[in-house]
Amino acid sequence: MSQRVRRRYLALRVLSEQPINKRDVEDAVWNAVLQLFGESGASQANLTFIEYNSEKSWGIVRCSHKALEMVRASVASVTEINGKPVAIDVLGVSGTLKALRKRMLLQSKAMT
Amino acid sequence: MRRFVDLHLQPSVNDSDQVERMVSRSYELGYRLVGIPLPPNVTRDEVSQLKGICKDVGIDLVTRVGLTSKTPGQLLHELRRLRRRFEIISVVCTSKAVARQAAKDRRVDLLSFSVTSSRGRFFDHAEAELASRASSSLEVDVAPLLSPKGFSRIRLLSTLRKEIAIAKKFGVPVTISSGATDLYLIRGPYDCATLASLFGMATPIALRALSETPLTIVERNREKLSPDFVAPGIRLVGRKKDCPNA
Repeated sequence: MSQRVRRRYLALRVLSEQPINKRDVEDAVWNAVLQLFGESGASQANLTFIEYNSEKSWGIVRCSHKALEMVRASVASVTEINGKPVAIDVLGVSGTLKALRKRMLLQSKAMT
Repeated sequence: MRRFVDLHLQPSVNDSDQVERMVSRSYELGYRLVGIPLPPNVTRDEVSQLKGICKDVGIDLVTRVGLTSKTPGQLLHELRRLRRRFEIISVVCTSKAVARQAAKDRRVDLLSFSVTSSRGRFFDHAEAELASRASSSLEVDVAPLLSPKGFSRIRLLSTLRKEIAIAKKFGVPVTISSGATDLYLIRGPYDCATLASLFGMATPIALRALSETPLTIVERNREKLSPDFVAPGIRLVGRKKDCPNA
């Protein structure tokens, strides 16, 4: 019997002067994982981009729960995209998409 | 709840807009206390202006000076001159002699080393032993880890891994700071903790290096700099004017 895969969902916010499209953010995160942990590490991360809103500059990625620290470190190590300085912050981590969306909604309400 | 501290935020002190932007971002990311390195000849007005900016944002400012003395004698002279004026004193150890003097001096709070050359890092067993006796802390900046790629980052991570292991062996406290010179190099405390795992620091220990360890240094120094401080464990509770019958 195979064990159920445990996943983690991370809410990301991209801080930059200009809006950045999904493809560029995806490439930057993948490159960061590859640079820090190599191909073997990247294959264990099971990294998937669930959604990205380029207007609001935030998105959600999914990874294996064992690779959470690895993905978080990689995301934090991104300093530029297309030669422009950026910072990617992890706003929250959750085991389910529903809980993460709920938390992000509460956070954005608290900020406004 | 943890109170996160970033003791090494490096905005241009003369640019109040940049200071405000960087301090606001630090607050947004969860820091409640930041240390900004100031020039040794900073005036009280400039310090109070910076404190005002930080207070408006909701963050507590710690005054800090970074000493880059070339000789142990010069370091002692600067420590005598500046210790009572700043809450945190860090020494950027540019030579082995300066590093040894800084490690054994109780007036030094943080020991920093060059990030550009591995030969400029003097944190070895002897240094750690001296630092553990004088309760100075090893400071590790996160920003220099972000910019280099390839071999230079590999070398830096390898050096940091060795230093962290030595610090652990001798019980030297480690402080993690951002070392950010601009807005885009500031990372949240949990992101800094995961970056610290790259050089062998477990996340709970890294979180302590971002909160309790720097907070202890700041509280200890603030107590010492207060006018009521007499000696460790002894403080003035009242003056003549408070005791009318005396």
